[in-house]
Amino acid sequence: MPVNPAQGSQVRAQLSAMYQRESRKVLATLIRLLGDFELAEEALHEAFHAALQQWPVEGLPANPVAWLVSAGRFKAIDQLRKTSRLTHLPDELLAKLSTEDAAEPEVIADDQLRLIFTCCHPSLATDAQLALTLREVCGLTTEQIASAFLTSAPTVAQRIVRAKGKIRDARIPYEVPPPAELPQRLDAVLQVIYLLFNEGYSASMGTALLDISLSDEAIRLGRSMLELLPDAETAGLLALMLLQHARRHARVSGDGELVLLPQQDRSLWQQDEIREGGELVQWALRTRRIGPYTLQAAIAALHSEAPSSSATDWQEICGLYHLLLQADPSPVIALNRAVAIAMRDGPAAALPLIEQLQQHGQLNQYHLLYAAKADLLRQLGRNSEALQAYHDALRLCQQAPEQRFLQRQIAALTG
Amino acid sequence: MKYLCLVYSDENTLHSLPDSPHDSECQAYAEKVHNSGRMLAAEALQPVSTATTIRVRSGKVSITDGPFAETKEQLAGFYLVDAHDLNEAIQIASGIPAARVGSVEVRPVRQLDV
Repeated sequence: MPVNPAQGSQVRAQLSAMYQRESRKVLATLIRLLGDFELAEEALHEAFHAALQQWPVEGLPANPVAWLVSAGRFKAIDQLRKTSRLTHLPDELLAKLSTEDAAEPEVIADDQLRLIFTCCHPSLATDAQLALTLREVCGLTTEQIASAFLTSAPTVAQRIVRAKGKIRDARIPYEVPPPAELPQRLDAVLQVIYLLFNEGYSASMGTALLDISLSDEAIRLGRSMLELLPDAETAGLLALMLLQHARRHARVSGDGELVLLPQQDRSLWQQDEIREGGELVQWALRTRRIGPYTLQAAIAALHSEAPSSSATDWQEICGLYHLLLQADPSPVIALNRAVAIAMRDGPAAALPLIEQLQQHGQLNQYHLLYAAKADLLRQLGRNSEALQAYHDALRLCQQAPEQRFLQRQIAALTG
Repeated sequence: MKYLCLVYSDENTLHSLPDSPHDSECQAYAEKVHNSGRMLAAEALQPVSTATTIRVRSGKVSITDGPFAETKEQLAGFYLVDAHDLNEAIQIASGIPAARVGSVEVRPVRQLDV
């Protein structure tokens, strides 16, 4: 149906919004149909280009995603006919391309999962998984990814090219893993999402403590993962991210300084995110398939519900840490448990646990081990030992706001 | 697509750990893969003390004893399989009994550009 110019500009605005919202779905389906990331990206670009020309004139199609998939598919067929790059199999591919009805909602949802599982395939390096997921699933540009990881755009571009090369050359399949492999493969996806979140939560180097956008992307990914494939641990991870994200305004003071949990102004915590996170934890706990993310989220939820640090249910938190340590026996969790025990039973009870961890050696380069030890020693009045531990922490710490925090602690003890 | 699954392990402990497979188990798994129609070849190797390394430089053949590199784990055997994709190759590789005490590297075979 023909439209007038005013409606035309409205259609263009709608198209731009649609690109934000739907381009990844269209891409995910095109990759399956074309069997090639590069070809699919070109086809996606061509499809939106065609929409930009036709929709303002002809009006919005009834099913825009289906229209875009179909347009991308025809553009790709044109492209394949023109070039000789796939001369050895175009018959098979063309037959698949022209017969398949690709735009059913269930098929589109499955394609999104295929894309996520492929980008997070465990045979890709972690760096490559992160870059590829941000580029292909989230639709960030190479430049945006580079700035989020404090690296250069050519480095990120190279990582993505290598990852796509491995997907093609080692033939990593574009599929949702079968049930027997699903738990392990889902773990890999959740790990990528949580790494992205943490990267945004505190850039591990440099001066900026918070980069809201990567955390937002991770939360968005967690939401869409939960919607596409409801699972207790996915809900647990989303809850954990929401509960941590809810404290972002309280975690940094007006002048950019780090504020620890006990000193945070709890009125700055985002209550809507706390509520949503809490509901997700409850849902995950009720499934009785309780994993490490759900347990960490349950701990975060107890902190979020408490009116103050001293009024926190430390008994319950220690119990949850005990379960968490059984599910995931890592020294960082053992350290967090020791800190919780200090809150429940006092610094003298927790200090031997931290000294034991130190003797074990695995956390010897981890600044928070020394910061926690220093804090306990300070509470016990053993100031010169505390000072030494703060200096050890400062030497290993790489984040400017945390360094300034440790310097303030040192100044307070020497002052 | 063809994949070569290279089985690496520490030769000194390959046969003596609690989880070490017996030859009969290795044979049974090879037969299982063979019966699935995926097997192209599979062999276990003699220890690296029997290895000879050949290099040709400027037309001259040099022969040295031992493996091409000293490593903590040594090549102990291989499977050459014809799998549909990497996931299927990983599935086959993860069933190789020696994977319990060593590691299996899965490498897609490259078609020569001719």
